Amino acid sequence: MNSFIKTGIVLGFVSLLFACQDKSSPNYQYMPNMYEPIGYETYGKIGFLPNGMEAQELPANTIPRGWMPYAFENTAEGKELAGLQSSPLDSLQKEVNLAKGAELYKIYCATCHGSNGKGQGDLVKREKILGVPGYDDVARNVTVGTTFHTIQHGLNSMGSYTSQMNTEEMWQVSEYVMKLKKDLIK
Amino acid sequence: MKKVTCHTRISKVSGFSLVVFLLFSITLFSQDETVADEAEAVAEESAGASDGDVANGKALFNQNCAACHSMNRKMTGPALANVESRLAEDEGLDREWMYQWIRNSAGMVKKGDAYAVKVYNEYGQAAMTAFPTLTNTDIDDILAYTAAPAQTPATAETAVGADVGSEKSSGLSNELILGALVLVFGLLVMMLVLVNRTLRRIAETNGIALEKEMSEQRVPIWKAFAKNQFLVLVTAILLLLVSGYFAYGWMMQLGVDQGYRPIQPIHYSHKIHAGDNKIECKFCHSSARVSKTSGIPSLNVCMNCHKSIFEYTGNPEGPTAEDLANGYTNEFYTGEIKKLYAAVGWDEENQAYTGETKAVEWVRVHNLPDFVYFNHSQHVEVAGVECQTCHGPVEEMEIVEQHSPLTMSWCIKCHQETNVKVEGNEYYTKIHEELSKKYGVEQLTAAQMGGLECGKCHY
Repeated sequence: MNSFIKTGIVLGFVSLLFACQDKSSPNYQYMPNMYEPIGYETYGKIGFLPNGMEAQELPANTIPRGWMPYAFENTAEGKELAGLQSSPLDSLQKEVNLAKGAELYKIYCATCHGSNGKGQGDLVKREKILGVPGYDDVARNVTVGTTFHTIQHGLNSMGSYTSQMNTEEMWQVSEYVMKLKKDLIK
Repeated sequence: MKKVTCHTRISKVSGFSLVVFLLFSITLFSQDETVADEAEAVAEESAGASDGDVANGKALFNQNCAACHSMNRKMTGPALANVESRLAEDEGLDREWMYQWIRNSAGMVKKGDAYAVKVYNEYGQAAMTAFPTLTNTDIDDILAYTAAPAQTPATAETAVGADVGSEKSSGLSNELILGALVLVFGLLVMMLVLVNRTLRRIAETNGIALEKEMSEQRVPIWKAFAKNQFLVLVTAILLLLVSGYFAYGWMMQLGVDQGYRPIQPIHYSHKIHAGDNKIECKFCHSSARVSKTSGIPSLNVCMNCHKSIFEYTGNPEGPTAEDLANGYTNEFYTGEIKKLYAAVGWDEENQAYTGETKAVEWVRVHNLPDFVYFNHSQHVEVAGVECQTCHGPVEEMEIVEQHSPLTMSWCIKCHQETNVKVEGNEYYTKIHEELSKKYGVEQLTAAQMGGLECGKCHY
């Protein structure tokens, strides 16, 4: 009888040990000095930087790699002027650009604007975001230039997408939007 | 002995009553549901019975106006509930003015219409998009919709109420089952004790010596065990093996964080964003396409949608019983959106940024040791691996947890089983041709392409 109680106590302790394993804190490591980085890592905590963050905004007057400065202002006039601009991408590479544009459109735009550009994406169908216009809306007169302007600066409730795509990718999406518009008007 | 039979009968009776109670609780629950359904049906009927123009107006409003206007809330443009009567009373403007304004607001501002200029300046000189295609009847319908009293909240409330009720009843029945089981167990223990006592009494009266007295004469069991050397040896080996097994298991899981699910400063539900709303992973984690890290979205990416989505309305059927049990109500999620607004410095009243931001300190879930190199873009863009292959069904996770062990054997297993994606990738054409000839296979795996070389990941 005595030994039964003893084994019971031991088993109870073992099960307690396993039950207490907390999944909200990370596990022990063998050699933390081989696991933890010494160099500065992306999104790491770095004491001497503002807020102690590695992730900082761009310093003034610098251009990130892959992004070009944009000449047109975020105003109605700026948008009108931008509408006259044509796509700087190589027209001989149209197929490649459209394929890439379609892929990016599916990720970033289709969730609201719909896969065919009618303004009926999943978020609109579920009534989370409303009033998304179709590209064939006559009053809006969508051109490749205004599309780029809208992706660059955002418009009304839509935000800027410069943090997700670089300049070339935004032009590829703009060209794909024009293809969708052409298909819609047809 | 009589007592014993009596007890079994009691336990049987209690078991039977438990079954009866369960049956009842189920019927109660189903009644609740039907009541809720009826309430909703009635509400829908009443909505359908009102003016047909309102329905068309709502459709047009959602399609054309809702991007910038809400009924009771200032957005890019003013709130539009009862806009017509408001304009007529405060400004003395008639429907004709509305027609002109909606079709060409910019023109009116240019002409210098007093109220048009006032609104234009009040809302940051953002010109309202012109809608020349809307006919007079279209605009009448929209105005009828803005004048109609809102009906939806009432039905939503009743539905939610019913849900809460059903959730409580099911929780209650669970507790009752547990309670009943504990009771039955207690009765059984009591039975055993009673049987033991009566048997002892019988033994005493019959004059039989009890085992206690017998055992006093015997050698204690542990002494007998210690004397038997063979038995001691076998037990020692057995104990060593068992403890070795457990020690190995424990040491192998050191440094492995499978199942790690930290609490984040803002409760961001991947289930709602990627699951219910089907937003692409790469919408927010856009760096996964082009860089080593998958990218934690900066808060401006959140605001691309949450500028418009200021409250959580959930699914049309309302929160599930499971969500409610965890405290994930609509109000809870709306509170989390307010946390985002506070961090990014968004003033809801004025629909503008205040410039007062504060950093959100997200907790990293997936973390490889410093001595391993892993590149997201190489796997996501070049190899075309789905995010879920490594990260598991994130779109079903309310709180993200580490799905894969992220150990070296796990990496190698996948490299050995996965074929290299060569279609449309000129970079691999020549080397694939030569290597597949060398290995005599049609399709090269990542391992055969050099995916097991030490220096590829450790340097």
